[in-house]
Amino acid sequence: MIWQSVRRHPSLVIGLMAAAGFALLGLISLWWTPYPIEQINIARRFLGPMADHWLGTDHLGRDMLSLVMRGTLTSFVVAALGVLIGVGIGVPLGLAAVAWGGLVEWLVLRFSDLTFAFPAVIVAILIAALAGPGETNAIVAIGIFNIPVFARVARGGALAIATQDYVAAARLAGLGNAAIAARHLLPNIMSLLIVQGTIQLSLGILAEAGLSYIGLGTQPPATSLGLMLRDAQSLFLIHPSLSLVPGLTIVLIVIALNIAGDGLRDAMDPRLRHQGLSHGAG
Amino acid sequence: MGVFPVTLFLVRRIAGFAATLFVAALIIFLLLDLLPGDPARFILGINASPEAVAALRVQMGLDAPAHERFLRWVSGMLMGDFGLSTTQRLPVATLIAERMAVTLPLSLIAMVVSVVVGLPIGILAAMRRGRPTDTALMVVAQTGVAVPNFWFGMLLTLVFAVSLRWLPTGGFVPWDEDAGAAARGLILPGLALALPQASILARVMRTALVDVTEQDFIRTARAKGLTKSEAIWRHGVRNALLPVLTILGLQFAYLIAGTVIVENVFFLPGLGRLIFTAISERDLVLVRGATIALVVVTTATMLIVDIAYALVDPRLKGRDA
Repeated sequence: MIWQSVRRHPSLVIGLMAAAGFALLGLISLWWTPYPIEQINIARRFLGPMADHWLGTDHLGRDMLSLVMRGTLTSFVVAALGVLIGVGIGVPLGLAAVAWGGLVEWLVLRFSDLTFAFPAVIVAILIAALAGPGETNAIVAIGIFNIPVFARVARGGALAIATQDYVAAARLAGLGNAAIAARHLLPNIMSLLIVQGTIQLSLGILAEAGLSYIGLGTQPPATSLGLMLRDAQSLFLIHPSLSLVPGLTIVLIVIALNIAGDGLRDAMDPRLRHQGLSHGAG
Repeated sequence: MGVFPVTLFLVRRIAGFAATLFVAALIIFLLLDLLPGDPARFILGINASPEAVAALRVQMGLDAPAHERFLRWVSGMLMGDFGLSTTQRLPVATLIAERMAVTLPLSLIAMVVSVVVGLPIGILAAMRRGRPTDTALMVVAQTGVAVPNFWFGMLLTLVFAVSLRWLPTGGFVPWDEDAGAAARGLILPGLALALPQASILARVMRTALVDVTEQDFIRTARAKGLTKSEAIWRHGVRNALLPVLTILGLQFAYLIAGTVIVENVFFLPGLGRLIFTAISERDLVLVRGATIALVVVTTATMLIVDIAYALVDPRLKGRDA
């Protein structure tokens, strides 16, 4: 059945395969890159694409392909952990709002209003002021931004489920709020969460790039796609390829994830098209 | 339904706005208060005598208990007094106002461009639904959503500032010196910010319009003899604008935050650069003032959109958001 729906949605397959391809490229960089990431060779800097260096070299003579591979890994890891934080805190909040209702729901809604007032950049600035810039702080900032998003999606999806007869039956059978949330609400909003997770993953990759670009995210000697763009900042007018390579990589990854997300939504349930999924900007 | 539910809605919304700001101010204050390092010692340097540091602490009001300092800060802000920057010796409110003269016009330019570009594209795609024009426009929009705005800014600089030399690569001339040059300096950053927003708007507009055209009143209008595009223009677009309005408000709020990143590409003296300098110089009065200013603008935008929404859509009158 899954195979059939996949065949009916070619964009889903293309998107998933492309996104998985980039993720794999990043993973491989843990064991192998064409050149060591930190290998500086000033004599061979600013080289264009050639047989030795498929994507050329940067201002320190480092191999761009190697940097892109490791940078892709960093971007994926930061964005994925940001999604995990959002799911881990946001989904229980959203489910609790529906299962308990009343004061709990009011508190969850006000909390998510409050978090919406702090865009990821502001959170990152505050964290950087407190703890200094770094990958972990970028993850926390993106995670905090994701919490209200998942709380709202989980609540929106669960509200529709909570009115079903089988939930009322479970309540009559003596199940408590927590059991109802875990056994009946959560499994039924999984597809919503997976789709929103894909969207947030792509937004997270954009956010990581932005934060690292302004110096609040990944720090050298580690590398990320955003940090490569920061390095290119003072040189791209003379050497455009320094910014073109990481920039295009980000665009391709995000397009792949968005296509996969749209495809997943259509494949899992066409009706989801109109439920509380938000394509908001980070 | 009379005037009363609307008034009630407004009162509740504004009360919520005030409460959000109060809690946000509390969070910002507490976080920055936890910051290691004594601002007084930072200003005087490590060789200062303990007496001098203690005297400056009293002068800066740092000797008072935290709750007193918080209340003094909040009540001061209500009067428009954000305190004195510890490094620049200038009122924080003045510094923020100077930077807002860059940040706000920049966000407005980006918003206007994204509406002017995004909405027609969305409407056109919806009217040509399923045809090649629709597909082509949505491919463009899909790509636009994926482009980081600051990177697009770099590309725009390469094309319009370096190759064509039409516009400056960066920097900013103050409005009162040369308003024309100031505006020219904001064009490229404005376009950079607008691209992803326009793409999102086009997608939302298309979806909303497609939804609306499947509803009964469009069928009624068609039955009355209107052509499809007449029906969409007269009845569809107006109704589809409601969801678009919500997205627009959220977008404007995030645009203001987005300027913090894009102003780095163009070396613009906006709010973001003010905050970064303040952090590196441990100017906490300035950091918290500028941060709360960003939060106020974000929250106020969402409030305005909510109110506009309630006034435009009679179905929502008096309903809890």
